[in-house]
Amino acid sequence: MADITLMVNGAIRTGSPEARKTLADFLREDLNLTGTHLGCEHGVCGACTVIVDGRPVRSCLMLAVQAAGSEVTTIEGLAPDGGLGTLQQAMWDSHSFQCGFCTPGMVMQATAFLSNHPDADEQQIREALSGNICRCTGYQSIVDGVLLAAERNRER
Amino acid sequence: MKLPPVEYEAPTTVAEAIDLLAEYSDEASVLAGGQSLIPLLALRLARPAVLIDINGIAELSGVSAMDGWVTIGATTREYVAEESETVAEALPLLAAALPLIGHEAIRSRGTIGGSLAHADPAAELPTVARALDADFVVRGPSGERVVPAAEWFEGYLTTSRDPDELLTEVRFPTARPGTGTSFREVARRHGDFAIVGLAASLTLSEGAISDARLAFAGMSDVPFRAADAEDLLVGEKPSAELFEEAARRATSDIDPPADLHGSSDYRKKIAATLVRRGLREAAHNASDAHNASDAHNANERQ
Repeated sequence: MADITLMVNGAIRTGSPEARKTLADFLREDLNLTGTHLGCEHGVCGACTVIVDGRPVRSCLMLAVQAAGSEVTTIEGLAPDGGLGTLQQAMWDSHSFQCGFCTPGMVMQATAFLSNHPDADEQQIREALSGNICRCTGYQSIVDGVLLAAERNRER
Repeated sequence: MKLPPVEYEAPTTVAEAIDLLAEYSDEASVLAGGQSLIPLLALRLARPAVLIDINGIAELSGVSAMDGWVTIGATTREYVAEESETVAEALPLLAAALPLIGHEAIRSRGTIGGSLAHADPAAELPTVARALDADFVVRGPSGERVVPAAEWFEGYLTTSRDPDELLTEVRFPTARPGTGTSFREVARRHGDFAIVGLAASLTLSEGAISDARLAFAGMSDVPFRAADAEDLLVGEKPSAELFEEAARRATSDIDPPADLHGSSDYRKKIAATLVRRGLREAAHNASDAHNASDAHNANERQ
């Protein structure tokens, strides 16, 4: 057990996770932030993607103790007032969900990607999302949603 | 699956890490980016008693260039190397391979040293290191030693690092003027492990090939250097016929593994195609590099 302090969605959080506990389980079980989903738990599906210090990260492939001192953003932190962010609204408008299980990971990956590549085209978006699996195979509408968000971001 | 119980140490200096490795030896696994090791733990394919997390060792991270070599610290993240201007300018082959490693989120955490110490024969970085004859610097209780790439990779996921040694940095020779490179792979999806990958590098001087490097990923239990084909290329002028013969030689004496993704014959066919295409691209890039340096010299003279 190690005491850790980190910033999660703008708030200082502390905990004492076992060394083997992943950041994903720490977020879900210790901080009750269950918006981060766990699919494969070995880094293949992308459902658990969160943003750590500005970069997209698989939270199932990072230990909670390794996040000490880091700034973490989860799906709950994108629109803290209970509304929807630009990307979330664009994905809503594009029907970018079927069962919704992969959605938090898709949204976090796309958020990190668009913040660094505001002018991304469809091919780049497809490549950026290639590590996130949607088992409903609803990729077309997910890509549409991210493209729409990029467009709306540029218009603002 | 959840990870099995494991002890955890987070040294902040190389000396501390080496003391811990001496204490635990093969009971310990070194944790760098964790993008291969954590899945191995989750799948119970690795059961170390203790994880020695080297992410907090500041001296292990960074890219620097000196005297014809680029030195990359073991815990340098793959995305940092990908964004490095030094790597882009001095190591075009590495720069071409980096974006093909896993996915963006994997490169956020994955490290150069971690991938090279994990030594997956289908991975990009071991292939590049083998092609460029990189030097591996390891430190242990009896001091530091430098291991050439040809002696680093011993087998599937196996290197010549002793259990009480730590890989601290990898040194890559800077590409010489007139060098063109190509990194290509065939994978089921972008970001997947390559079914076959090829690192190719050609150096041209006065229109003839003065140095040739060809290394395969996914064709053997270690990254495989096609020495016969390299010997054929050196001294010749680039041509489609030459590259065809190089592709034949590179794949004639090798028995690649067969798996779900492709038979041994399929891998050989892909490998030959990659050699033809990779050499064509490398030669093209080499003459561009050559022309650019000519233009640069012409400007200097004016």
